[in-house]
Amino acid sequence: MSLAKRIIPCLDVRDGRVVKGVQFVDIKDAGDPVEVAKSYDEQGADEITFLDITASHEGRDTTIHMVESIAEQVFIPLTVGGGIRRSEDVRAMLNAGADKVAVNSAAIHNPGLINKLSEKFGTQCIVIAIDAKRVSDSPPKWEIFTHGGRNKTGIDAVEWAVKMTEGEHGAGEVLLTSMDCDGVKTGFDLALTKAVSAAVDVPVIASGGVGGLEHLSEGVLEGGADAVLAASIFHFGEYTIAEAKSSMRQNGIEVRD
Amino acid sequence: MAIAIIDYGMGNVRSVQKAIEHVAPNEQVFLTDNAKIINDADRVVFPGQGAMGACMQALNEHDLVGTIKQAAHEKPFLGICLGLQLLFDHSQENGGTEGLSILAGDVVHFPKNELKIPHMGWNTVKHIIDHPLWHNIEDNSRFYSVHSYYVEESDSDVVAGSTNYGIDFTCAVAKDNMFAVQFHPEKSQHDGLQLLTNFANWQV
Repeated sequence: MSLAKRIIPCLDVRDGRVVKGVQFVDIKDAGDPVEVAKSYDEQGADEITFLDITASHEGRDTTIHMVESIAEQVFIPLTVGGGIRRSEDVRAMLNAGADKVAVNSAAIHNPGLINKLSEKFGTQCIVIAIDAKRVSDSPPKWEIFTHGGRNKTGIDAVEWAVKMTEGEHGAGEVLLTSMDCDGVKTGFDLALTKAVSAAVDVPVIASGGVGGLEHLSEGVLEGGADAVLAASIFHFGEYTIAEAKSSMRQNGIEVRD
Repeated sequence: MAIAIIDYGMGNVRSVQKAIEHVAPNEQVFLTDNAKIINDADRVVFPGQGAMGACMQALNEHDLVGTIKQAAHEKPFLGICLGLQLLFDHSQENGGTEGLSILAGDVVHFPKNELKIPHMGWNTVKHIIDHPLWHNIEDNSRFYSVHSYYVEESDSDVVAGSTNYGIDFTCAVAKDNMFAVQFHPEKSQHDGLQLLTNFANWQV
């Protein structure tokens, strides 16, 4: 008996509603976030992640209220990402009841940000979110992209993951999304997951591409992920969290009952 | 009954407050750095997150060291995460940090090996002693943790629970009216809420 691998349903949230884009574009409505979060909690989710894709300030306030309502009813770790740029954004989310905050593009524009936030709030609540796209197959290489995959930064994804997590004030966790696989439902980019997981000392959450239960186990067994994140297979009722755990358990992976 | 949650600006105390309000809806719950409210409370919760040096500095800035030591000696007292580590003498963190020395022992970093640090997620908690705070919680239930350091107590009599992560380490201590845990009961779903309920009902 030891540390369990985590299953994390992810809710993309816009203006206080759950949505899920396919390859970050085509948006479908997937329900009221409080109800969705409660349902995942009851099904045995180990954590819940919200990615706020709201553009406006008004919408952002709606998201803060949403996190507050969820935190009053759901007593598992909550991570919020999307549009986190400054200490004030982190403070607002933590005050609303989030436990961890994921920082993505802002860390690229301001490379000292992660250190500053970790020093202030503790490494345990700062997650570096990395959106990586494969730029070469042999040898495999991935680069960081921003703005929903439109902007290439030229930064190597594995090197970036190490840089953002090393030292006393690095991020405490990596949320690693393959932009190539996201929404495609053919499984994680396992080579990417493995490369990052082997390179960093902190836990890695694999994200992007889950279309079936076997993909979750692959992320752990082949990708070396500490946690697996999925959205659409849970939102649209294809599988429950319990089914996902049962499948992972059958593959010899330790999960929480 | 009044429950004071000590808020000295370190970490996500809002989650602790929400969970305690959930399990004790008829009690007054204060999130406070006010020494008088803490002194007057029937029960005290001492959370904490982040680095131990920063926590000690914040406690000194809020002038809470004496208040916490007093509460830890006289009423039901629950330390959570850094609120466990701070009870001890000394930590390796930040090149060496003194703690509150309410319990004897040190706070040390997990050994460097293939395991990921921080220890993050749901791990099993083995009950080392029977205790009212374990009431209705099965042995080896899973609780959510996130930490890179753990406590090495000098007096094994205080050990109430242990967890394995490469090594066996103490994840819960108990002494008289004091109980403290490395994991986060406020984030550990049913079993976590049960532990907080047990704390709210604890007759020392």
